[in-house]
Amino acid sequence: MFVGYFTERPYQDPTADWYGSATPVMDLSLSNGAIDPVLQADLYHRFFDEKLYVEEMNFDGVMLNSHHSTPFCMGGGPMNVEAGILARITQKLKIVLLGNVLPIWDDPLFLVEELGMIDVLSRGRLVAGWVRGTGRESVSHNAQSPYNWERFQEAHDFIVKAWTTPGPFRWEGDHFQYRYVNPWVRPYQQPHPQIWVPGNISRATVEWAARHRYPYIMLDTQLHLTEQTFEIYREEARRNGYEAGPQHLGYMFRVHVDDTDEKAYETGRKLIEGPGNVFLDGSNGKANIWAMNLPGLNTRKHEGYLPTIQFDPAAQSRGIATGQKVGSALDEATWVHEDVSPEEHTKRRYRIWNDVLERHAAVVGTPESVLPRIRHVLETLRPGNVFFWHGDGDMTHDEAMRGIRYMGEYVLPAVREMGKELGLTSAFEIDTQTNQPFATPQPR
Amino acid sequence: MNASDAVAPLTESDVDVAGLAVHVVQRGSGPALVVLHHSTGPMWTPFYDALAEHFTVIAPEMPGFGRSSRPVTARHPSHLAVLLHQCLEVMGHTQVHVAGLGFGGWVAAEMAAMHQGRFSSLTLVGAAGIKPRTGFIHDPMTESWTDYARQSFRDDQSFIAYFGRNPSQEIIELWDYSREMTARVTWKPWMWSLQLPELLKAVTTPTLVVWGSEDRIVPLDCGEQYAELLSNSKLEVVPDAGHVVDLEQPDRLAELILKFSARA
Repeated sequence: MFVGYFTERPYQDPTADWYGSATPVMDLSLSNGAIDPVLQADLYHRFFDEKLYVEEMNFDGVMLNSHHSTPFCMGGGPMNVEAGILARITQKLKIVLLGNVLPIWDDPLFLVEELGMIDVLSRGRLVAGWVRGTGRESVSHNAQSPYNWERFQEAHDFIVKAWTTPGPFRWEGDHFQYRYVNPWVRPYQQPHPQIWVPGNISRATVEWAARHRYPYIMLDTQLHLTEQTFEIYREEARRNGYEAGPQHLGYMFRVHVDDTDEKAYETGRKLIEGPGNVFLDGSNGKANIWAMNLPGLNTRKHEGYLPTIQFDPAAQSRGIATGQKVGSALDEATWVHEDVSPEEHTKRRYRIWNDVLERHAAVVGTPESVLPRIRHVLETLRPGNVFFWHGDGDMTHDEAMRGIRYMGEYVLPAVREMGKELGLTSAFEIDTQTNQPFATPQPR
Repeated sequence: MNASDAVAPLTESDVDVAGLAVHVVQRGSGPALVVLHHSTGPMWTPFYDALAEHFTVIAPEMPGFGRSSRPVTARHPSHLAVLLHQCLEVMGHTQVHVAGLGFGGWVAAEMAAMHQGRFSSLTLVGAAGIKPRTGFIHDPMTESWTDYARQSFRDDQSFIAYFGRNPSQEIIELWDYSREMTARVTWKPWMWSLQLPELLKAVTTPTLVVWGSEDRIVPLDCGEQYAELLSNSKLEVVPDAGHVVDLEQPDRLAELILKFSARA
């Protein structure tokens, strides 16, 4: 089993009035004029400090993600820069990028070079993940949304070729053209770094990942919906002549471990609240479904969507009448504050948090009490690759460090034992391309 | 698609343009008048009926829109313009009047730049295609179809009078499908062409440039530029209309086209 650590690196500004503002904050409506560079410097330092501690506490890896033009993720543009820094300041951690938004790069040769350098510098610790972006990314970098899927696939094919084929060569594709491909860096891992694919919405992406035998990582969905999506992967794997194992599947969920159950409940709640992330469940951000689902970004066909909680807003923004209700937690996330009293506001925030806990999107407790809940997730989904989502929302540095220590000292050893007992082999134990153990053991 | 209670068009056919089906709706008699629809998609409206009293109205659903098949390699409105010329060639129309609405106006202007010999006259209504000297052409990509359509009218009341507060599912699907095709052929730059102004300088086709006085989508400056670039043109600003002059002042617009084309 692989256990990684993830935080979105939110821009936590305690003076920001976004959280609890009188009206919902619409996505892509916040001005970056609000940024205090001094505070941002502290935050960037903090998140690197925490990752060093994550390594000390023996996690297998860290995951970075990339959202653009939003306070909830400071790794939008700089994600590969962050990965480069981690490659130099850490020793053992896998650096899992989930991921670079392929369609928004007009020149994916830069990705070949940057990621190649990160893999070399880290001496083979990079996992290169690809995503299609949420729409926010296509808006920010002005990528033509109807060609998102075509560009994703062509950029992938180009990058893999550039990593595996000695240059120089020429590339004349529909979307990318190069007269001279011969980057002066080659991946440390041969033939190339592992490729993982996270997702929530598109069935085509799951099937594509399965056809390529790339691990597919589900992010914070409901367990039964995640199970249904994993089954789509397994079916596609069978159609392609192999059985998908735990090594092909990954799951990320929020975890916080603390001194007492009560403290874990209250501190864990910060993961879904706070000025750093107006779009988390407990906050008052309103997703702009039109920006999130630009024309052609998602399919117009009902059957092209995954059965996840994201389905309805995505489908509705393509004019598909779903006749279904969006999940209750999402509904409550966008109330107008002036309509409810402060007491009612607090009540609703707790109701949302309880809902998150109930659907196992978060597990909180003491080192002892979290184990059966984590086990429930692992038994239900059988992922070989797991991420604990932590340090997010309103969580302070001290709280994050305390949680990381509890996880490292108590939870990780027990979870690894569970993984062994349940046969949850990771993508670093079993080669997803061959379903055989790696000929040379992968450094953990 | 009928959005109004207007009389149904007389004929509909798929024109085979080298394997690509272009759906063409026609009604009326008299000189041939090709009308190119907005980016929001083809709708047969009272404006078309008003024209059909004087013209043989030929309303192709532009390639990729409505019931026409999608040209998957099209990346620019000029590609649609080529296909529409080919469509008219197949239909045997060597001489036509052409009117383009909004985005359809851009396509019409591209067609004129390619082969003005086919054009008896050209009418551009709130046409996109030229970069405004100040301001921008409105970008609908991060707003709902309804919000966009609302702004294309002179005011909210005018929009509600036409589509109601909650447009039907059929209209929503038309707008969504059309928006995807629009995004396939114009994105960066948004709704203008660097080359088109240069190409228009050689066009001598008699051209009527029409703008709604309250157009909130394409700035009037674009109309003024069209009028400056096209040597044989005049600009007419229609009061009490936004971007969709055809929906808000259908009879007035039809009358302008009729009078202008008669003189052309």
